[in-house]
Amino acid sequence: MNPAELQHDSDDLQVLRWRADFPILETQVHGKELVYLDNAATTQKPLAVIEAVSGYYRHYNANVHRGIHALSQRATDAFEAARAKVQRLINAASPDEIIFVRGTTDAINLVAQSYGRSRIKAGDEIILSQMEHHSNIVPWQLLCQQTGASLRIIPVDDSGELQMEAFYALLNERTRLVAVAHVSNTLGTINPVRRIIEYAHAHNVPVLLDGAQAIAHLPVDVQALDCDFYAFSGHKLYGPTGVGVLYGKAALLDAMPPYQGGGNMIRTVSFEGTTYNTLPYKFEAGTPNIAGVIGLGAAVDYVTGIGFDALAMHEQALLAYATPLLADIPGLRIIGRAREKTGILSFVLEGAHPHDIGTILDTQGVAIRTGHHCTMPLMARFGVAATARASFALYNTRQEADALVAAIYKVKEMFER
Amino acid sequence: MIDLRELYQETIFDHYRKPRNYGRLDGANRRAEGYNPLCGDKVVLYLRVENGVILDVRFEGSGCAIATASASLLTENIKGRSEEEALQLMDGFIGMVTGVATTGELGKLEVLAGVREFPQRVKCATLAWHTMKAALKNADEPVTTE
Repeated sequence: MNPAELQHDSDDLQVLRWRADFPILETQVHGKELVYLDNAATTQKPLAVIEAVSGYYRHYNANVHRGIHALSQRATDAFEAARAKVQRLINAASPDEIIFVRGTTDAINLVAQSYGRSRIKAGDEIILSQMEHHSNIVPWQLLCQQTGASLRIIPVDDSGELQMEAFYALLNERTRLVAVAHVSNTLGTINPVRRIIEYAHAHNVPVLLDGAQAIAHLPVDVQALDCDFYAFSGHKLYGPTGVGVLYGKAALLDAMPPYQGGGNMIRTVSFEGTTYNTLPYKFEAGTPNIAGVIGLGAAVDYVTGIGFDALAMHEQALLAYATPLLADIPGLRIIGRAREKTGILSFVLEGAHPHDIGTILDTQGVAIRTGHHCTMPLMARFGVAATARASFALYNTRQEADALVAAIYKVKEMFER
Repeated sequence: MIDLRELYQETIFDHYRKPRNYGRLDGANRRAEGYNPLCGDKVVLYLRVENGVILDVRFEGSGCAIATASASLLTENIKGRSEEEALQLMDGFIGMVTGVATTGELGKLEVLAGVREFPQRVKCATLAWHTMKAALKNADEPVTTE
């Protein structure tokens, strides 16, 4: 046995242990074993997360930050413990910089409406990239409509990488913010965010990173990156839906006006005027998604228990295994061939529309995403209406990549008769 | 077990690969665009209607096999019919693919009956028909499946 095979074997054993943590992977669809390759849309949940959520509802359901009674104290402790876990996960300087929100979309809207409306004026410019998800485009368009600011767009090259020279040329004295994806949800491209941040900061421009597709696949250190805002969703990190995180530097968050008003975010209220709570509560109006936050805390424990070195090594090996298999399929074109990628394979197939590919793969038990992936400007850039996208998580195996390839051959067999 | 052959019948592939009445229609007096934002399917339908009768129909667009075949079959099946008959046909077709009505009287359109087993694909099959309805009303607004 050669060393590569030995390495494969130990990787296989490790993945089998991880798979056992995810009850849903036992599921069958259409009489076939589930091959879940839609992880960029949402990841499956380990038992530890499911039990953390149900444990809260079974044993200590109560509102947080309000009650004098025992359950409320337990719920508050678990809620704030989750904040500390997220702080350690992304190495924020303080737990006060961790704002719990509904998800990445909510986080970006918060920055656009609070930071944006207080700082950005007519004639100002915001730099985005051509590969952004609609959630990192539309909030800025709304802000532009409200303020008279305008958007400038970093173009993407044929391989799916940002054209950095164009970025340097776009940034000027009118630029007030740069908002880019850490990792592209459609292409898997890992963007050179350090260089973007260094360059923007050299011109006193703050940077928001959309970390939705990075957080489960790369170690993220917001202090090392020196980003000003970082947004991500819990459900793409093996946690529950409906909960996410906005990280912001304390000095920026402190100076920002509240986004939503309500309970929890106030210190005192009178009809003459209201004083606001301190960070992070100033941005957490109303009863939060308590179960979601506690579940997210369990998800953070789960991935840090595995370690980003181990899971990234596995996902990179799987990407390296699957990429040539797909590329060798006649008529198949992979969209997104950046040098640095996470485990995302977007592709089109000659003679078969992605939607048909998706249906046929589904009958084989293979779950992928098809469509524009909420990146319509990027689809236009590559001249396609839609792609099929397979995306890997830590529990995916080489056998599943083989099943994907076999199912694509089934599509070809049907469409090439 | 879901049978793919129920959905992808030979006639559907035939219409997907060689769509009938494809292209712009000179002399059209009704036109509408249909769009499915979920998958990017797009169809433009051109009609020439005189005295309540659809004298000619053509379509353009890009879409999946189901959407393209459905548009192609639509053009074959509404040409020469009155507006009223075409709308009745639409009701029958939508009833068939959503599984609320039994088939019958739909002729060649019945090759798309398999769609009822694939609820995610109903919008692909009905896009051209919703677009036809908009064109008959001569609506200027693009129709979407959402």
